[in-house]
Amino acid sequence: MSVGLVICSHSAKLAEGVAELAGQMAKAVTIVPAGGTGDGRIGTSVELVSAAVEKLLDEGLDVAVLTDLGSATMTVESVIEALGPDRAAHVRHAEGPLVEGAVAASVAAQIGGDLTAVALAAQAKELFA
Amino acid sequence: MAGELTAAWAVAWMRDAAGVLARQREELIELDRAIGDGDHGENMDRGFQAVVAGLDASAASPKEVLSSAGRTLISTVGGAAGPLYGTALMRAGQAAKERIDADNLVAVLSAALEGVQARGKAQVGDKTMVDAWSPAVEAARQANEGGATPLDVLRAAASAAEQGAEATVGMVARKGRASYLGERSVGHQDPGATSTAHILQSAAKAAAA
Repeated sequence: MSVGLVICSHSAKLAEGVAELAGQMAKAVTIVPAGGTGDGRIGTSVELVSAAVEKLLDEGLDVAVLTDLGSATMTVESVIEALGPDRAAHVRHAEGPLVEGAVAASVAAQIGGDLTAVALAAQAKELFA
Repeated sequence: MAGELTAAWAVAWMRDAAGVLARQREELIELDRAIGDGDHGENMDRGFQAVVAGLDASAASPKEVLSSAGRTLISTVGGAAGPLYGTALMRAGQAAKERIDADNLVAVLSAALEGVQARGKAQVGDKTMVDAWSPAVEAARQANEGGATPLDVLRAAASAAEQGAEATVGMVARKGRASYLGERSVGHQDPGATSTAHILQSAAKAAAA
């Protein structure tokens, strides 16, 4: 199954920028930014991330969610828990350094990688080799 | 049994907590500015105002009140505190009986602590809200073993939470963005532990009313 990406950052601008950058090498991959709170503050929003994840699932995609700082992790875990086990099986919190990870993950998705391959790419392990 | 806690207590607790957090907004902002991103006071105030706006005064059980409050916090707060307090209240609600006696109250508080730890992965001593929740649960357990009423269990928990929050001053932060400060985080009280102490004091106050 094809994989789409959700970029969850505390900053809406950062999420948009990362999505723009990652999309450059992955034209066929759907990358949805979900940054900031719903009302324009710095923070993460369960509602924004949830809407982005649901949108991709409804398009029949598996979903890798990439995050920036610690509490974004909690937001994504809350979203995945609320999906229920059937839909949650198609969603993965892909941890890694956000910028490099998003580029690597989107390329992995572009060349047909499955959710596991995309999540692995998001770790951007070659950075630390 | 005398002193059992009902849905009305849960509603009064959330209302009192919202009032206290609104009054302590600047204090929490200052604490968070010292070692974090400075948004804790605003986030907690905003979140609990939304909780109060969504309260159903005719709710039949504490479970309904606490679960709904938890969901509201998760969807409105936008900082780490949303998922943490939201999960705590949702787990507390799941553990709550229709009428909460002292035994059940210990289970409710333990469930809240477990929720915080499941979400935040912090241990005692990491300089987080766990350092207020954990002694609170222990004090509640001891009070209950001594035969205390629910009110006195909550008073013991609130008092231990306050002492726990004060003890975070000497700790080095090991979770969240405060951990980037390392030793420089010593000397500052953790904002999350502080808000936990306020919220548990509200729980006791609501039980006394």
